[in-house]
Amino acid sequence: MTNHKRFVVAGVALTALAVTAACGGSSTPAASQSSAAAAEPVTINVHTFGGGENFGYDEAVKKWNAEHPNIQIKYQNLTDRFEDVYLPQLLQRLQAGAGAGDVVGIDEGAMGLMAARPQFFTDLGEYGLQSRKADFPAAKWESGVNADGKLFALGTDIGGMTMCYRKDLFKKAGLPTEREEVGKLWPDWNAYLEAGKKFSAADTGAKWMDGPNTIYNVILSQEAPKNGNVSYFDKSNKLVIESNPAVKTAFDWVQKFSQEGLTAKLQAFSPPWNKAIKGGDFATMGCPSWMLGVISGAAGEANKGNWDVAAVPGGSGNWGGSWLAVPKQTKHPKEAAEVLNYLTGKEGHVAAFKEAGAFPSSIPAQQDPEVSGLKNEYFNDVPTGEIFSASVKDLLPVFLGEKHAQVKTSVEKVLEGMDQGAIKYDEAWSKFVAAGVKAAG
Amino acid sequence: MTRFDIKGMPYLLVSPYFLLFAIFGVFPLIYTFWLSLHDAELAGQRTFTGFGNYVELIADTEFWNAVFNTIGMFVLATVPQMILALLLANALNKRLRGRLLLRLGVLLPMITSVVAVAVIFSQLYSRDYGLFNWILGLVGIEPIAWQNEKWSSWIAIATMVDWRWTGYNSIILLAAMQTIPKDLYEAAAIDGASARRQFWQITLPMLRPTIVFVVFISTIGGLTLFTEPVMFEGEQMMTGGTTGQYQTVAMFIVEAAFRGGFEIGYASAAAWLLFVLILIGTMINYWFTRRIGGAR
Repeated sequence: MTNHKRFVVAGVALTALAVTAACGGSSTPAASQSSAAAAEPVTINVHTFGGGENFGYDEAVKKWNAEHPNIQIKYQNLTDRFEDVYLPQLLQRLQAGAGAGDVVGIDEGAMGLMAARPQFFTDLGEYGLQSRKADFPAAKWESGVNADGKLFALGTDIGGMTMCYRKDLFKKAGLPTEREEVGKLWPDWNAYLEAGKKFSAADTGAKWMDGPNTIYNVILSQEAPKNGNVSYFDKSNKLVIESNPAVKTAFDWVQKFSQEGLTAKLQAFSPPWNKAIKGGDFATMGCPSWMLGVISGAAGEANKGNWDVAAVPGGSGNWGGSWLAVPKQTKHPKEAAEVLNYLTGKEGHVAAFKEAGAFPSSIPAQQDPEVSGLKNEYFNDVPTGEIFSASVKDLLPVFLGEKHAQVKTSVEKVLEGMDQGAIKYDEAWSKFVAAGVKAAG
Repeated sequence: MTRFDIKGMPYLLVSPYFLLFAIFGVFPLIYTFWLSLHDAELAGQRTFTGFGNYVELIADTEFWNAVFNTIGMFVLATVPQMILALLLANALNKRLRGRLLLRLGVLLPMITSVVAVAVIFSQLYSRDYGLFNWILGLVGIEPIAWQNEKWSSWIAIATMVDWRWTGYNSIILLAAMQTIPKDLYEAAAIDGASARRQFWQITLPMLRPTIVFVVFISTIGGLTLFTEPVMFEGEQMMTGGTTGQYQTVAMFIVEAAFRGGFEIGYASAAAWLLFVLILIGTMINYWFTRRIGGAR
């Protein structure tokens, strides 16, 4: 079996080799040909990631393609998983010098990693995008500047923070169902814990929260700004996982929730997790703006109106958000930069917000009445524009180190292990720290 | 015919295989070794460290955990599989009604893709809605989170491997059984040897070369176990459970190179150690299987 497969692959690769060899032989005429045929439309591949509605570029791309016959965008969402699928693939393609999109999406966790690899990205300053500086909050802009001091990426969305909840389950458990009252139910995380206990006592068959990691990220994002705006690494890229109180606070809360049996022991962004969102197996989930798209995508039309959005316990925070960059390997850096400029501009941001709920990071888009006044029909017409504007208003930048993504995945594994019982509660913290130290290498 | 047709043509005709083998076999082998001597990151810096990666690996408890898991699952899967395959082959060698159908039947799991098998089994073993937990529930056993412990995850993965490979091995053994001359059995029967005695004294010794082959193949397959545990994990982080309960060496290599650290040099070193491990494993098994039937 395997041998057969190997042969097929070998055959394909051999053909590919032959083709490249043929191209290599006639490289000079090919180059002149391409400049002669400049009127031919240029195709710009935009590669993104994310579950549900992901980046929400369908409408924006349609509009662009209709208006620009010479530059056609081909928009592809490669996968719903970033750390384990999209990121390694992107790194391999960067290393290989071929295969990456002309414009690629990058999640916040990997921005440090990419900033440390300036050789792979186009300097957007060369194409006049330095002029966009005033559009972005300082934190979002600074993350897009790499180790060489060049601008390599512009922001798409930011997280903001709310709490999503299942209205039908709240009703069953005798808890308030209107979003104002629900917000008042949990001014802080202790109140959230108490409400959870009440919910469990009502015995609806569902759990209070999905698993350890969504709420962990929410709390960490709220605590980091209170502790020097750092999470796992300090600003000199030294690991501070053990000494940063923000990490310990988030850890402690999650451990408490888990010990009280409030979690459904699910792993975020896994198939069972998606199934549980649809089936109503848990009642609340931390919701950065982009999570709304994940929920509506996973829960489907049948659950329209079952999910709603309330204020989050513990105040504002930011989890996630992405950037777009142009890899150096692209053949059309100028056109790619134009597309990037459009998608990260006001128009692109507003369209993405309407489609996927991804809250714009650029200030002009945030102030656009279409954003600030937008309601999300799926979530009982919740005024998402208003809610998220308020939640990001006094947002502080959080520094993420070069190896943030690696540390994040490793320590979250420990939280899952603890929640599912593979790691004892009293050993969890030391294992958590050890995993972080190892991942930071 | 020219001189070339006689002297050169045969080489030309066999060359595609060697060419492909050089490109996809020898070159990666050497390149991996060269990489393993470097502190190399995927799409990043590369500095020569000599055998630094190997030294680090030998002290890495997670690597040894992966080795332990791999060997554990290999034993757990292969021992019952060999015994079952042998018994199955022996049964299929008898005069049975619908023999052809049965023989084809045991091969059926082979033609399903590994991923499909692993996906279905992972669902059967799932904590919340899995069939196995439902059956256990009928006799009053609490649902088991199969991924959570070493023993339970190993059993789950071993059953996937066995389901797929037992039939294949038994068909190979069956083919070998049919080459055993019938007069040996007739002579034994005349001497009054029981069926069981015949199996132990004739069938098994005569099968020895085939068993050696089958065990070799299983060793290589078992020590490079990958797809089943990855699918069982359900995501592709390659950690083999939250604390590496069922992370195999192959998963460890992929994790080191393409997940956590993007340490491609370290992963290359691990790949070479896996190669050495398989060599040792195969040699041990050869030594064992040579002893089958007591001869030599």
